[in-house]
Amino acid sequence: MAIDARPPPSQFGARLRRALGGRSGWKGLIAQLLFVAVLCWIGYAIVDNARDNLTNQRIASGFGFMSQTAGFGVSQTLIPYAESDSYTRVFLVGLVNTLVVSVIGIFFATLLGFLVALGRLSPNWLIARIAGGYVELIRNLPLLFQILFWYLAVLGALPGPRQSVSVFDSFFLSNRGIVVPRPVGEAGLDGFLVALLIAVIAAIVLPIYARRRLFDTGKPMKVWPWSVGLLIGLPLIAVLIFGRPFGFEIPALKGFNFAGGARIAPEFVALTLALATYTAGFIAEIVRAGILSVHKGQMEAGASLGLSRGATLRLVVIPQAMRVILPPLTNQYLNLTKNSSLAVAIGYPDLFSVFAGTTLSQTGQAIEVIAITMGVYLLISLITSALMSLYSWRINRSMGA
Amino acid sequence: MKRVSLVAAAVVACFAAQSAGAQTLKTVKDRGILSCGVSQGLPGFSAPDDKGNWTGLDVDVCRGIAAAIFDDPSKVKFVPLSAKDRFTALQSGEIDVLSRNTTWTLSRDTSLGVNFAGVSYYDGQGFLVKKALKVNSALELNSASVCVQTGTTNEQNVADYFKGNNMKYEVIAFANADEAIKAYESGRCDVFTSDVSQLYAQRLKLATPADHVVLPEVISKEPLGPLVRHGDDQWFDVVKWTLFAMINAEELGVTQSNVAEMAKSDKPELRRVFGTDGNLGEQLGLTKDWVARIIKATGNYGESFERNVGAGSKLEIARGLNKPWNKGGIMYAPPIR
Repeated sequence: MAIDARPPPSQFGARLRRALGGRSGWKGLIAQLLFVAVLCWIGYAIVDNARDNLTNQRIASGFGFMSQTAGFGVSQTLIPYAESDSYTRVFLVGLVNTLVVSVIGIFFATLLGFLVALGRLSPNWLIARIAGGYVELIRNLPLLFQILFWYLAVLGALPGPRQSVSVFDSFFLSNRGIVVPRPVGEAGLDGFLVALLIAVIAAIVLPIYARRRLFDTGKPMKVWPWSVGLLIGLPLIAVLIFGRPFGFEIPALKGFNFAGGARIAPEFVALTLALATYTAGFIAEIVRAGILSVHKGQMEAGASLGLSRGATLRLVVIPQAMRVILPPLTNQYLNLTKNSSLAVAIGYPDLFSVFAGTTLSQTGQAIEVIAITMGVYLLISLITSALMSLYSWRINRSMGA
Repeated sequence: MKRVSLVAAAVVACFAAQSAGAQTLKTVKDRGILSCGVSQGLPGFSAPDDKGNWTGLDVDVCRGIAAAIFDDPSKVKFVPLSAKDRFTALQSGEIDVLSRNTTWTLSRDTSLGVNFAGVSYYDGQGFLVKKALKVNSALELNSASVCVQTGTTNEQNVADYFKGNNMKYEVIAFANADEAIKAYESGRCDVFTSDVSQLYAQRLKLATPADHVVLPEVISKEPLGPLVRHGDDQWFDVVKWTLFAMINAEELGVTQSNVAEMAKSDKPELRRVFGTDGNLGEQLGLTKDWVARIIKATGNYGESFERNVGAGSKLEIARGLNKPWNKGGIMYAPPIR
């Protein structure tokens, strides 16, 4: 194709007019500009009016409050937090808690969703009915109800810390959560980590090498025994050379609660369980629809090649189904993230609870706090959907579409 | 639900220009009903009884204001609010007055665009624990889990107290008091912390109240009282002086039953209070008989206290600091003159 196929510059105005003004040309463009101007004016009026009102009512405004001392405690924090930290820190604590619940929830929801979908499509009558029953039950009960069910009825029914269920006197289950021994680094830790790192890199490089060898020489190579061997073997050798990498801090009941060890709080467990099982119900239906959208001839083609049902699903059907599955699946991921704000009902300190809740009522900065919170949820949603679009684009490309 | 109302309130705050002006009294008179923010159900302070009528100490302040304006204590619309939504509701004009066991603090007074109209109950924060734990003092609570209502001064006080005494704790914060007390009852927390008056009130909601005990330590000052939006001095005066009228009435010996008789008294002080002399009520934008209207509707402060939280109620809270100043308490109102 020649370079001069580019449209001549004289057509630029016409193209712009068409793009902006649609079929009605300049008239349409002017109408649109007017509309945008009015919208901007309304937006300005809202902001200006709000600012005036806030000043008149002597309600403090601006983002200065973000650097003030929060002065309240948060029960579960993955980044260091103390009462003397600022509201910015509270915001970060809440954000991390929201992200952790969302990511773990999405992981389990996807896993469970695919399993249930495959179960529902299974030729086994019992499995299909159980999976179908699960989907109907989960999808028809409100999420808040399910969160409270897990929190109050299931986890709340566990015994107190003094009567907790214990395994080997080092794992404890009580209404304060799950307490497990916490690994503490010792002398051999560095060597162990280096060995582990080498093994992981090898496990990543090996399949690439095997694939290239398959293409070059036609000889297939079983990769997984090597990978497993490396992943277990190398760290083991390191331990033999450098000594024990870590010991365990065993939790013990002291006073009211367990001291030492690592603890997973019941609020976190209840919220993640409820979000994962609830969203899985919807994902299952999406996956089922996706699989059914692939022509049954594909299944038969797989069978005629001598592939098992599982292999046909994995290698032939699901990759094609993914194109149908991905867009609604993205929606479910977004829903799960947004639904995590229901944490406020069970005292899990997520972003909505500690920031749009506690921080808002302590500072009274409703407009600023709500604006930040909206912005953050929007950003999380946009990032999630961008990542999913990227994945979808790769799938489409690899299938030549 | 809560999310929606918060955002809606923020949006309303953008547009509620007129409601913020100095004309709340006129707005209320025109509307024919007072909109009053109360708790979501705290026995003794504001809770609906078995017939659905709101009763309590905080409720009586609202009824007093309605009586002063309309001569009818039933002309109040009660809006139940959680601790975390209450200020936004007031700022946005959804309610005219917030009478909801709210602690008067400097930061709330200065940065929320509100004015506290006085103290209707002197409280302090305490701890509720199970008797079975055999704890006798709050200083034995190291490493305990503490259930608290989020967005309250309690949440910050408990942090200060444990830090100040070098004790560790785990705080589980719930959006409303009912969720917090439920978690405490189910054993998720060792301790429930709140204002002492609320501890007594919430204890009544437990299955076996006798198994729970309020620890002796009071770790903070919690002056509770009604508040209004900043910037409307006339309305501020109306709310303030309704509360003061109730407190003064107790001091003067004016009660619900003798108010008609006292109104005829020719003591100079009572003549001023009842408007037979001067026009103090009209200066407030009300009528001359405003005090008589209030006391007829709710009784004086002492009567309201006894009926709602004191000896005449299930709570049986002692008057303590809330006795009048001349009887050993600190309940003190400026004179009506």
